[in-house]
Amino acid sequence: MKTKPRFRLLPMPVHSLLLFIVWLLLNNTVAPGHLVLAAFLAIGIPLLTAGMQDPQPSFRKPLLTIRYTLIVIGDIIVANFEVALLVVGPSKRLNPAFIAVPLNIQHELPITILASTVSLTPGTVSAEISDDKKWLYVHVLHLTNKEALITLIKQRYERPLMEIFEC
Amino acid sequence: MEFWIELVVSVFLVAGAIFVFVGSLGLAKLPDFYTRLHAPTKATTLGMSCLLIASMILVTYQQGYLSLHELLITLFLLITAPVTAHMLAKTAMHHKLEVLDKTSDKALPQRARERMTPQ
Repeated sequence: MKTKPRFRLLPMPVHSLLLFIVWLLLNNTVAPGHLVLAAFLAIGIPLLTAGMQDPQPSFRKPLLTIRYTLIVIGDIIVANFEVALLVVGPSKRLNPAFIAVPLNIQHELPITILASTVSLTPGTVSAEISDDKKWLYVHVLHLTNKEALITLIKQRYERPLMEIFEC
Repeated sequence: MEFWIELVVSVFLVAGAIFVFVGSLGLAKLPDFYTRLHAPTKATTLGMSCLLIASMILVTYQQGYLSLHELLITLFLLITAPVTAHMLAKTAMHHKLEVLDKTSDKALPQRARERMTPQ
C-alpha cells in the first residue's frame, strides 16, 4: 500500500486514464475539442479528489487481473443460464439457503470485488459482511452442497484476488 | 442492409429479450424476497448485455463509425447490479422479512443483521 503519490500532477494515473476514456466513450467521439476537455477533466478531477482517497492495495498483477476478469465474464454467462433454468423450472424444487463464507482477505477493495463477483456469479447474492471482515454472508438460490460451494468461492474467486492484490 | 448483419443483430435482440423476460418472470414467480433478488441481478445483466451488443453492431454499421458507449452502459450495469442486490438484501434482513420455510440455516440472517460472526 502506498499513500504518497508518485507524480505531483497526476496523483492517480490509473483513474486519470479511466476518466479520459470514459469521457470519450460517453460522448462517443474522438473530436479534438473533446480530447482537450477529457484531458482537462482527467487531470483536474484527480487533483481535487486525491486528498479524499483511502489508501487501498493496488492491482499488482495486470495479467492475472485480465485472466480473473475473463473467468468472471465466462461465469456470469454460465450463471445466467443456470438461474434462468431455475427460474423457469418449478419453484418447489428450489433449495434456498443462507451460508457464511469465511474470508481470508481483509482489505476493503478486494472484499468489495469478491462480494460483487459472488453476486454476479453462481446463483448467489452476497448479503452482509461481519464486523471483523472475516465472514461473508451469502444467500444461495439453490444449494446442493454447502462445502463444495464454499470451496468453489474460495478457490475460484478469493485465491486469484489474493494473488492480484498480494495480501 | 446485409442479411448476415440483420441476422446477428436479431439473434442478439431475441436472446437479450428472452433473458430480460426471464429476469422479470423470476421477480413475479419466485417464492420469497431473497430468491427474487437472484433473477434481476443475474438474468438481467446478460440480457442487457445482449441488447447493447445488438445496438453496438447496428449503430456501427448504419452510422459508419465505431459506437462504443454501449460498453460503458454494460460496465455501469455490472458495477451497480451487485451493489443494489447487496443493499436490498441488507435492508431485507433489517426489516426481518419472512424467509421461505425450507431455507436452510434460517438463523444466519439474525447474526448477519448485527454483523456478528456466525457462531
